[in-house]
Amino acid sequence: MQYMLLLYTDHNAFLKMTPEQQGQGLAAYKSFMEALTKSDALKASGRLQPTSTATTVKVTNGKTQVLNGPYAETKEQLGGYFLIDVPDLDSALSWAARCPASGHGTVEVRPLWVM
Amino acid sequence: MSLGEGGEQARSTADAVARRSYGKLVAFLSARTRDVASVEDALSEAFAAALADWPVNGCPANPEGWLLTAARRKLIDFARRRRTGDLASGELQRLAEELETATNASTANAVEIPDQRLALMFACAHPAIDAGVRAPLILQTLLGLDAAMIASAFLTSPAAMGQRLVRAKDKIRQAGIPFRIPEREELPGRLGAVLDAIYAAFSEGWVDSGGTDAARRDLAEEALFLGQLLAQLLPNEPETLGLVALMLHVEARRPARRNALGDYVPLAEQNMGLWNLDMICAGELLLSRASSLDSIGRYQLEGALQSAHVHRRRTGQVNWTEIVQIYDVLMELSGSPVVAINRALALAEVAGAAAGLESLEHLTGDPRLKEYQPFWAARAELLARTGASVSAHHAYEVAIGLERDPAVRRFLQRRQSALTHA
Repeated sequence: MQYMLLLYTDHNAFLKMTPEQQGQGLAAYKSFMEALTKSDALKASGRLQPTSTATTVKVTNGKTQVLNGPYAETKEQLGGYFLIDVPDLDSALSWAARCPASGHGTVEVRPLWVM
Repeated sequence: MSLGEGGEQARSTADAVARRSYGKLVAFLSARTRDVASVEDALSEAFAAALADWPVNGCPANPEGWLLTAARRKLIDFARRRRTGDLASGELQRLAEELETATNASTANAVEIPDQRLALMFACAHPAIDAGVRAPLILQTLLGLDAAMIASAFLTSPAAMGQRLVRAKDKIRQAGIPFRIPEREELPGRLGAVLDAIYAAFSEGWVDSGGTDAARRDLAEEALFLGQLLAQLLPNEPETLGLVALMLHVEARRPARRNALGDYVPLAEQNMGLWNLDMICAGELLLSRASSLDSIGRYQLEGALQSAHVHRRRTGQVNWTEIVQIYDVLMELSGSPVVAINRALALAEVAGAAAGLESLEHLTGDPRLKEYQPFWAARAELLARTGASVSAHHAYEVAIGLERDPAVRRFLQRRQSALTHA
């Protein structure tokens, strides 16, 4: 079954870290991906640029509105994702717990519709 | 309604009874009805009734007896509501009478409620119950922990855990799983399932030894409590004593597993002054009592391994030869790949990293180890010691990616980067 791990993290906290801490933090993600790849669970992944780069689009009554900024201002923002293919929810949850983001942010686990 | 002083006293009396006797009450009532879910509901209503009644009428002299009587009435209400018609009335009558006699016998003169927690544990760890839900079921029925707390310790969703617990309780009732202590011939096998369930609760509770996650930390303590209860109820079962000794030894070292910065400290580098001596002594005592009972088993051996590390405290040195020998016996007993990994690490201390690595190589084909962090960490450590730093770097990479505790992850990252600078 496919699950999306959605990573919600605080980008400002990342900016406040020393370069060494940042390096260690990013390396942990690299290791996580390596482990996912090794067990043939990884389908796709991506890291999003901070919400300062976001633009929001909304069409109401035929009128297109383009807004500068994210959909919602919150401390923790969607910062990346891992799409994984694993046998069941428990297995997806154990990957979510290993994901470095669950240690400094929140990981939401969502099953995909089976098409 | 303001409860005032009486309300507070009622609350603290109810809390104390819940801590002391919750499992006893569930066990006593379920043994008669086999309907654990209804008993839990009845008890929770009885506790709610107590919080309404006691502030007004004062706390009863025998609060357990009061709760037992209230829960019994609720149970009979439930049964009456559920079953209508003549067919059920006989059964209902019997239930009412049985509960009445039993509760009267125990509430008169504040006689202790008969302790049937052991029978409840055996029902929960029955072979007909899915092995994965036995530990959660014991935690819920004996200690009253809720599904959400158990779920987060076992890394599963509260809804899924709740459903599994409901199904297991249905099974106990529908399949007619007995509430009894198995006969002597069956006891060893059945006891093994109970011990495994308690140890599973302990291990899940122990993953985050930093104690930042209260749910996990508490679970380790609760498991230790259940183990001690089991040892008290079955004092002549060596494996029970071995399990408690094992848990005491592991718990004793908890304060030393993190440094002031919250970083993970491996066993070899721990400050032994932080180990809890009382727990270690209690563990040693249990192990020697177990060995006098002349029947060796997995938990006694694992307890003995923990005890071998305590040796370092006395002599400053670890007796690795002895440790390898214990692992050899454990391997024969369990054939577990986890034991094989630890044996390889111990062997490396006696015969060198290459020997350890070679015995680890035999395991590489085991699919269970592909996602098992300690396997990759052990491999990395031994590769590093043989000077194969490129392979070691990769093995560390996988180990780091598989670890869920940030403190242990940082520890592995430090090991990995020490490698590149070497």
